[in-house]
Amino acid sequence: MTTAPAIRLSTLTKSFGSVHAVDGVNLDVAPGEFFSMLGPSGSGKTTVLRLIAGFEKPTSGTIELFGDDVTAKAPFDRDVNTVFQDYALFPHMNVRDNVAYGLRVRGMGKKERNERADAALETVRLAGLGDRKPSQLSGGQRQRVALARATVVQPKVLLLDEPLGALDLKLREQMQVELKEIQRSLGITFIFVTHDQEEALTLSDRIAVFSEGRIVQLGTPREIYEAPSNSFVADFVGTANVFTGDIARAVVGKAGAFSIRPERMDVKSGAKAGANSASGSVVETIYVGSNTRVVVDLDAGQRVNVIVSNDENPNADKLRGQKVVVTWSATDVVTLSA
Amino acid sequence: MKLSRFARSTLGLATGLVLVLVYIPLLVVLVNSFSTSQSLSWPPPGFTTDWWGKAFQSQGALEAVATSVQVGLIATVIALILGTAISFALQRFAFFGRDAISLLVILPIALPGIITGIALNNFFRTIMGVPLSIWTIVIAHATFCVVTVFNNVIARLRRMGTNLEEASADLGAGVWTTFRLVTFPQLRSALFAGGLLAFALSFDEIIVTTFTAGVGVTTLPIFILDNMFRPAQAPIVSVIAVVMIAVSIVPIWIAQRLAGNEKIVR
Repeated sequence: MTTAPAIRLSTLTKSFGSVHAVDGVNLDVAPGEFFSMLGPSGSGKTTVLRLIAGFEKPTSGTIELFGDDVTAKAPFDRDVNTVFQDYALFPHMNVRDNVAYGLRVRGMGKKERNERADAALETVRLAGLGDRKPSQLSGGQRQRVALARATVVQPKVLLLDEPLGALDLKLREQMQVELKEIQRSLGITFIFVTHDQEEALTLSDRIAVFSEGRIVQLGTPREIYEAPSNSFVADFVGTANVFTGDIARAVVGKAGAFSIRPERMDVKSGAKAGANSASGSVVETIYVGSNTRVVVDLDAGQRVNVIVSNDENPNADKLRGQKVVVTWSATDVVTLSA
Repeated sequence: MKLSRFARSTLGLATGLVLVLVYIPLLVVLVNSFSTSQSLSWPPPGFTTDWWGKAFQSQGALEAVATSVQVGLIATVIALILGTAISFALQRFAFFGRDAISLLVILPIALPGIITGIALNNFFRTIMGVPLSIWTIVIAHATFCVVTVFNNVIARLRRMGTNLEEASADLGAGVWTTFRLVTFPQLRSALFAGGLLAFALSFDEIIVTTFTAGVGVTTLPIFILDNMFRPAQAPIVSVIAVVMIAVSIVPIWIAQRLAGNEKIVR
């Protein structure tokens, strides 16, 4: 048997009135992949997730799950499960009953489903909390209950809708590691929706960047970050110094649109501008621990961000007000399509 | 908030006066139920427990209570079913005329009872040709009982959102299973509060009832009004009133405890 893609979306479109929330999306997600849909709010990524889950009906296009067309199927007939942004735990049930819910509606006996629920709680490190009500748990614990509840029924694909959005930074980083581990040990396909570019880069095998209902770039985290295909991706994923038009001609030396990452640039004081460099004056320096962010107004008329390592350039935070030359290597200039 | 001594004593006095004004008459009713006077004269000439014995043997009073309970329960059940169904329709589905229907559903509780009474009396007798009976009272009461259920349930549905139901469907539950295991448990206290108010509305309704009651059908409020000024019956009415006060305290107490963490909308 040839392996069909876990998810195949074909010219998937969803319109609300005259607004195309999702506009002709084509996408294959391989089995076992950790796939992220990244984009700002309103870019259509959550709608795509809801279409896959079956909560919305597409205006046109099809959704296939391991080769089966599930476009017309109800959510309860699809072998996908969702971890909701607000977790959507049932407040009137205790944690064990929440986790066992999917098994219960499939007709599994009480003893067996409780055993499985307790085992699932153990894998998310919540053993012994089965008798609590969701309201008695912390945000991170609720998040794990939601994960256990969605995975205990062994779906083919797990959909995660900004699952870490409500957690504080420390907990979020810890949960990122756990999510990745759980995904590896279960071996199921994860489709992860986020607006946090760092989260997407950290976790994913591949990323689809969404804008205005379309996929604007699809690739590995490295491809997305190092070779953004257009100025939207360059700007949304990390920070980028994007040059276009006359300024591009003056700074980069040729016509077109270009992007250079701040950490690939350097500042030198008392040097002359030549090829792959531009002169300007420092308007602000921001010390951020290991690095210093240097904001430079180029003489060509654009403000750029440069990230300087404090090990290599210990005096970077004293540059404010000085004339400097910003330098880069020709290989770090990324040509953008628009 | 800090209040001056003067403000505090003035407000305290006002509160006391209002409470006295409300509860002294109720106390008078209690005293009258033990009075030897047949016409509720004041001050009571003597003490007797005769009326209490007679009240519990009065065929008319007991039948009236039974009729009122029956009307109240059936009207409440109808209101629970229809009110919940309308709430779902208006909250979960968008369709043409939704706002208009929402207004039409709530209107009966704002209409003066006399208007509802005349309208239904006319409708039942002359247009439908249905003889007035206990069932015409039930239907009449259900028209405004629906509103209390509707208000409570729709407020709950609005607050609940659809997330929990989506989660249930996502985990494999069909529509009815989701309603039974997720939606209904979330609605339970709203249904209870709405049902309680509906029953209370029906139980002491007299205006609409007067216009829609069949011959020989006597609800408790009608019985009380009829017997209030009959010499030998007045003390019995007092006894009924005292029992009613005692019985009313229970649901109000429950409703207040529920309101501690849930909002009850009338």
